[in-house]
Amino acid sequence: MRITVIVNGASHTREVEPRLLLIHFLRDDLGLTGSHWGCDTSNCGACVVWLDETPVKSCTVLAAMADGHRVRTVEDLERGGVLDPVQQGFTECHGLQCGFCTPGMMMTARALLDRNPNPTAAQVREALSGQICRCTGYENIVRSVLWASARQAEADPARPGGPALDGRGPA
Amino acid sequence: MQVPAQVEYERAVSVGHALTLLARYGPRAAVLAGGHSLIPMMKLRLAQPETLIDINALSELRYVEVADGELRVGALARHADLLESAVVGERFAILHDAEQVIADPVVRNWGTVGGSLCQSDPSEDLSAAFAALKATLVITGPDGTRTVPARRFHTGPYETVVAPGELLTEIRVPASPGGGSAYAKVCRRAGDWPLAAAGAMLAVDGGTIVEAGIGLTAVGSRHFCASEAEEHLSGAPATPERLAEAGRIAAQHCRPVSDQRGPASYKRHLAGELTVRALRRALLRARAGER
Ligand SMILES: Cc1cc2nc3c(=O)[nH]c(=O)nc-3n(C[C@H](O)[C@H](O)[C@H](O)COP(=O)(O)OP(=O)(O)OC[C@H]3O[C@@H](n4cnc5c(N)ncnc54)[C@H](O)[C@@H]3O)c2cc1C
Ligand code: FES
Ligand code: FES
Repeated sequence: MRITVIVNGASHTREVEPRLLLIHFLRDDLGLTGSHWGCDTSNCGACVVWLDETPVKSCTVLAAMADGHRVRTVEDLERGGVLDPVQQGFTECHGLQCGFCTPGMMMTARALLDRNPNPTAAQVREALSGQICRCTGYENIVRSVLWASARQAEADPARPGGPALDGRGPA
Repeated sequence: MQVPAQVEYERAVSVGHALTLLARYGPRAAVLAGGHSLIPMMKLRLAQPETLIDINALSELRYVEVADGELRVGALARHADLLESAVVGERFAILHDAEQVIADPVVRNWGTVGGSLCQSDPSEDLSAAFAALKATLVITGPDGTRTVPARRFHTGPYETVVAPGELLTEIRVPASPGGGSAYAKVCRRAGDWPLAAAGAMLAVDGGTIVEAGIGLTAVGSRHFCASEAEEHLSGAPATPERLAEAGRIAAQHCRPVSDQRGPASYKRHLAGELTVRALRRALLRARAGER
């Protein structure tokens, strides 16, 4: 079947099998290998992308279901050479080691901060609770997201304020 | 690498269109809602439909509203929609309790309420919650609409009364004046399926229980409910002893089996304990509402 998906703002039309999973469409058909394919069983969250505005596990969504919709992947976080605050947070707070879980973590974190610019650590943990990291022990991932929240508040004082920055980022 | 077998795909654009497609493709077609149960089953070849009828475009089936005190949930409402509804949290707290512990936030973004009920997994949480609430399910087919009590909806593991060619379209929960409800679940890790879980709904008048609903999941209870324990409560004084005895009765009548999640004896213990916890919390909420 022929599908057209707007991925990161660009329209892509491809002939696909209806059984093709969205994660494989993104990685194999479009070459967008930023999104990772991990457990294959909707448990790990490495494959999280946005379908329209909603983070979904793309190993459990068919590419056909995205026909006519927008998809946003980790490749779209950086804009014009400027990293998204979430990406900066992961850099500043050592939010990754091997990086396998990172694209999914960042897409969920970005969606969280869009809805709730000033989350508590508990809210960050809850939002990321469907995603597995085998390296970091999660501590630095939570710090990274809180750092991003604080950076956004600093950059745009009109936003509801995040915790103050103290060089190392919020603890 | 897990991939589904070859399948055809059709996208329905309205309920009428979905019914036409279901009629055209017959019993080898499957409704595709969030796909968060169906796609994993297709990957494992536990389900092998010839055609998928995608109903995700049916925005007419995605709503959560209260009309005449009754809660109405469209079959395509996502788990997250139930959780975000303030009125559900206030008046049907059991559904918020349950949704907070169903899978994880990303799965809840996409899995649907209707899909959960139709999946009829013996460990599904919402099946027990809606059984406790004595909900009514609305099924739409080529000959129109029929309603079925939630407690008559599931005919066995992975089986429901929804016939090929039909759609579950709505879930209705009656208002229960003077009522409170709650859900309690034990699972091995955050976001996992329950080892056991219990839902309770209590309506009280003064110190007397006028109506009781108890739902159980993952412990082999028929129709996801604990009717013997309910009988012990209705018309009875709302005392801690009564609630405790209801828990003992619920544990006695359920039929858990040992599996990788835990031994039957532990699940039976949990069925009793969680029933009592859910009842206590439901009673507190009912009393708070009375004030
Ligand atoms: C990682 C993970 C963890 C989970 N944890 C839990 C948990 O803790 N507790 C729990 O209860 N559930 C849990 N689930 C299950 C989840 O809640 C359900 O899988 C999911 O929401 C089912 O809904 P769906 O929309 O994805 O259904 P689908 O997968 O699309 O459909 C399921 C079945 O219902 C049929 N169907 C769907 N909608 C209709 C309709 N309107 N009319 C007729 N037939 C229909 C389909 O044909 C299919 O047979 C978990 C799922 C995952 C992936
Ligand atoms: S690959 Fe999708 S959740 Fe693990
Ligand atoms: S950084 Fe390695 S899995 Fe998270």
